[in-house]
Amino acid sequence: MEILKISNLYKDYGKKLTLKNINLSFNLGEIVGLYGPNGSGKTTFLKIVAGLLKPSKGKVLVDGKEVGVYSKSIISYLPDRNIFPLWMKIKDTYKFYRDFFDFDDKKFKNLLDFFSLKEDLSLKALSKGDMEKLLLSLSLSRKAKIYLLDEPLSGIDPSTRDKIITSILKNYHEESLMIIATHLINEIETIADRTIFLYQGEIALDENTEKIREQKKISINELFKSMF
Amino acid sequence: MINFDEEIPIYLQIMDFIKKEVVKGKLKGGDKLPSVRELAEMLKVNPNTVQKAYQELEREGITYTLRGIGSFVTQDGKKIEELKKKMAEDVLERFCKDMRDLGFSDEDIIALLQGYLKEVK
Repeated sequence: MEILKISNLYKDYGKKLTLKNINLSFNLGEIVGLYGPNGSGKTTFLKIVAGLLKPSKGKVLVDGKEVGVYSKSIISYLPDRNIFPLWMKIKDTYKFYRDFFDFDDKKFKNLLDFFSLKEDLSLKALSKGDMEKLLLSLSLSRKAKIYLLDEPLSGIDPSTRDKIITSILKNYHEESLMIIATHLINEIETIADRTIFLYQGEIALDENTEKIREQKKISINELFKSMF
Repeated sequence: MINFDEEIPIYLQIMDFIKKEVVKGKLKGGDKLPSVRELAEMLKVNPNTVQKAYQELEREGITYTLRGIGSFVTQDGKKIEELKKKMAEDVLERFCKDMRDLGFSDEDIIALLQGYLKEVK
């Protein structure tokens, strides 16, 4: 079932064109790997879908409706950096998230346990990796229809990456769409069933991941390196 | 559990893994396979990929599905024997091809294999 449709989307910051003529359609049940070099427009794209940036041109339909109060209520967005003031403790952050009616306290506590994070910790005391784990726990604890994860693995050591991937898979459900933007392709390519390459603001590839392996006999990481 | 070769479709590698478990007897006729979700989490792959592997295994007659209950290994002994034979043939085919590519005659191959088996027992 189609949950997200983007047509003829453009975004420019002044003279600089960040997204050019993006046309995409997404269904529930997909895990999408959105890959591109730094500055290719991944974050801009996610922010537009999340309703944090306005497109310069084009249309974004979330569950058939334009971006607004309803779309925000069914989209869980993991930003690429911390959004909370550092004086807060972990337990303060989730008071904010509890305003989302779909926030699941129990799930959140389980995720904190899984990542060995204590509720009483202050954000100042968190390492980069722990901060990422907290933000991801908050995002995944919403029972959303669309999850937009912006660089969930950046700044995280390889052993912790495994844990994060497990937590993403554990919390993925068939009635949701998950879009994961990253430049760490080889970490994500076995869990993403659809692969999208963004290059200089344009869609350079959009294909079923297994089909790429079948036809090109090449890993997604290698394909990416060969194209850009 | 599986070290995936990312140049080969993942569902084929999952199928291969399950077939090997069946041939080795670790999975027996009538045994239940892990649920799609469980296996996806275990292997860290997309659930749709596991689903595809399960569908193909069923199509090949190696498993059967009971709706709402899960996938099970076939109880058809003949099918499992066939699978064993097929997997052995695949290994032999690769081996013989490689040896012939290296220029060994069939007699050489047999002699070398016998010698090797004696040595490593």
